[in-house]
Amino acid sequence: MMVEPAERPISCASCGGEVADAICAACNALQPPGQIDHFARLGVDRSYAVDPAALERAYFAAQRRFHPDRFAGRGAKEKTFSLQHATLINEAYETLRDPLARARYLLELEGRPLPGGDGQTIADPELLMAAMEWREALEEAETPDQIADIARRLVAETGEVEAALGTAFAAHDLDSAIHEALRLSYLVKLGSELKRRRAPGLARI
Amino acid sequence: MLLDIHEPGQTPLPHAGESDTAAVGIDLGTTNSLVALSLDGKPEILRDALGDGIVPSVVAYLEGEDEPVVGRVAMRIMEAEPEAVVASVKRLMGRGTGDVAVLGGHLAQKIHDDGPGDGTEGGMVKLDVGGRVVSPVEVSAEILRTLRQRAEMALGKGVDRAVITVPAYFDDSARTATRDAARLAGLEVLRLVNEPTAAALAYGLDRGAEGLYAVYDLGGGTFDVSLLKLEKGVFQVLATGGDAALGGDDLDRALAQHLIDARGDAIAAGDVKPVLATARRAKEMLTDAEKVEVDLDFGGKATRHVVTRAEFEALIAPLVARTTEAAGAVLHDAGVEAGALSGVVLVGGSTRVPLVRAEVARVFGRAPLGDIDPDEVVALGAALQAEALTRGSDTLLLDVVPLSLGLETMGGLIEKVIPRNTPIPVSRAQDFTTYQDGQSAMAIHVVQGEREMVDQNRSLARFVLAGIPPMVAGAARIRVTFTVDADGLLTVTAREAGTGVEAHVEVKPSYGLSEEEMGDMLRASLENARADVTTRLLAEARVDARRLILALESALAVDGDLLSAEERGGIDDARAALETAMAGEDRETVIAATEALETAGRPFAERRMDRNIRRALSGVEVSRLESRLQAG
Repeated sequence: MMVEPAERPISCASCGGEVADAICAACNALQPPGQIDHFARLGVDRSYAVDPAALERAYFAAQRRFHPDRFAGRGAKEKTFSLQHATLINEAYETLRDPLARARYLLELEGRPLPGGDGQTIADPELLMAAMEWREALEEAETPDQIADIARRLVAETGEVEAALGTAFAAHDLDSAIHEALRLSYLVKLGSELKRRRAPGLARI
Repeated sequence: MLLDIHEPGQTPLPHAGESDTAAVGIDLGTTNSLVALSLDGKPEILRDALGDGIVPSVVAYLEGEDEPVVGRVAMRIMEAEPEAVVASVKRLMGRGTGDVAVLGGHLAQKIHDDGPGDGTEGGMVKLDVGGRVVSPVEVSAEILRTLRQRAEMALGKGVDRAVITVPAYFDDSARTATRDAARLAGLEVLRLVNEPTAAALAYGLDRGAEGLYAVYDLGGGTFDVSLLKLEKGVFQVLATGGDAALGGDDLDRALAQHLIDARGDAIAAGDVKPVLATARRAKEMLTDAEKVEVDLDFGGKATRHVVTRAEFEALIAPLVARTTEAAGAVLHDAGVEAGALSGVVLVGGSTRVPLVRAEVARVFGRAPLGDIDPDEVVALGAALQAEALTRGSDTLLLDVVPLSLGLETMGGLIEKVIPRNTPIPVSRAQDFTTYQDGQSAMAIHVVQGEREMVDQNRSLARFVLAGIPPMVAGAARIRVTFTVDADGLLTVTAREAGTGVEAHVEVKPSYGLSEEEMGDMLRASLENARADVTTRLLAEARVDARRLILALESALAVDGDLLSAEERGGIDDARAALETAMAGEDRETVIAATEALETAGRPFAERRMDRNIRRALSGVEVSRLESRLQAG
């Protein structure tokens, strides 16, 4: 999406021999990254349910193999390829580790992208009502205890929504998945607002 | 269509695998710089013949000398000829003339004035020093060249590649300036590594540590705090923060200001540097001592001051509080509780200050690790990374973008394209469109920082995407892509995607060196083809010797009566021996003769000091007497 990777050549970008892997078995040269989805890039199953520890292991393993630090002594072409690989691996990891980004991405792969961008409008009246109630509660909260209470409820509801997303994707019920993903998107927004309110003195820039 | 904000001509690696040259790690610090080499995972600081590992980041440009003088010798020159010396140049790396106002009070250098500007953003800051105009990049290149020569002397072979550390909070132009300086010094930069990451590397590899670590790095001129996750040889930076305009120098400055205030009179600009140096020594002594006595002698008045550790701590407490606040914010950013940390690593000489240690322990809830010298830990980590990059290694550094990168949009607002703490390398795109019918160009302004408005952030580059075919407003699709490589360097591309028509980009970097300036400097440095290392070191020893002789001459003119004829004879003999040595070509002989003259002159220096103190004290008594007489 972000970087347009070249098609994986059938022949090695370096020695011209046939290659089946990202690293040529014959001459050990790194090949340009192929157009594969984020799950395939990290070598994990395509599913909403993701084990964070397993995902991180897969991410580290992929970076160990392709990071530019591994190709510092190689030619300019391989250096560029490794930079492309590492960039795509980071993008894959950043997308899949985040519950909302992962849901969005899966919906995109299914050809049912989530409506609206960041400044999205919520069309579903039930969702709209719930979002407004949350917002009011946050605005009225004054003491640290009240804010902490909202934070606890937010964490609990986020957990419920993520579980519902897992069920929806597993059953390939995309309508429910879209509904839950929208719910998650406003919970996430609320969460970052809450975090700002609890911030201990902003970092100086 | 590629717009390189960083220096575009990447040097390909000249030799792969084994080679006759070495790759070193360099800590290019605000106050001190070091160079280290790692062999088989064991890094070591490279020292000079006298065992000294530190090269003070001080460069002196003496009138009538082609070669600038770097390090301890330059530091000694600072007291006599402050206007010929540049210190703390790192604070100016990548800074534009527009930034100087912000740093104004912190600068001991005179900024070169090009005359009335042309109203544009202005180029890189230049300094007036010793009758020359130099850029911070050139000054840093001199320090790097000295480190390179030190390494070559220590290793007996060429050194042409290095991992150089930079503060995590260095912005893009400062990183670019550092790369440019290395290029001028004949060093290929294998990788720019963030200082806290290098420090963690030095600790982590040693002990196979795992878990979450915080690195608190109070350097001479910058403060960084980073949170790293160490796991099976992977060093993953989770969050980083800090203050690019706060450092150990500020502790010295606070104490110096206090001393000057206590004297109650004005101080000439030329006297500031020696007072700062005195304050720095006092700070260092207060690490172990409960109180110190400080002598100041300038403006025709000598004063003695007593500073207790408690007084010093009260002076620096607000500064230390700024660092612990930033540390708390980084933990918060990463959503990590202090209790989850496995350890805290200290970097920078100022972390020896007891108050700093105590406050770090308080905010992180544990005593910091301190068994690697905080002055050396960064260079050692850089050396390990240099070895990893050239020989291969199982460790892997995964770093992040320290400051958000974005674009100016309508109304001076910022659209963040890459938020801070995003893992690098990274590439992100954002689509924009035209807002007027038939609009054929779009101005793109790249900024860095966390604030909402453009003018509160740092401007990195401006360019214009021209040649957009005429369309109705909102029909053009302009995709702006930000790419940050593994060094943290940014490239920005812009293309009109809708029509596929080739568009044109004009580049106008706000700061940094233009290719032309860079070319001129490279040519200049080749023309004065560098004397080989030995000649240069010999020149330094001679300069040092000459300073000593001059200082002695002026002292003898004033206080020569303190010496007996016999004592005077001894000093004259030592001086004659030094002059003979200086005429020769052997550096060691010059150094030995310099030391001999210093030794011979020591009783004289002590007697002068006594006399000065007596003069000062008798002055005090007279004035007291006078006030009593008046009161009576």
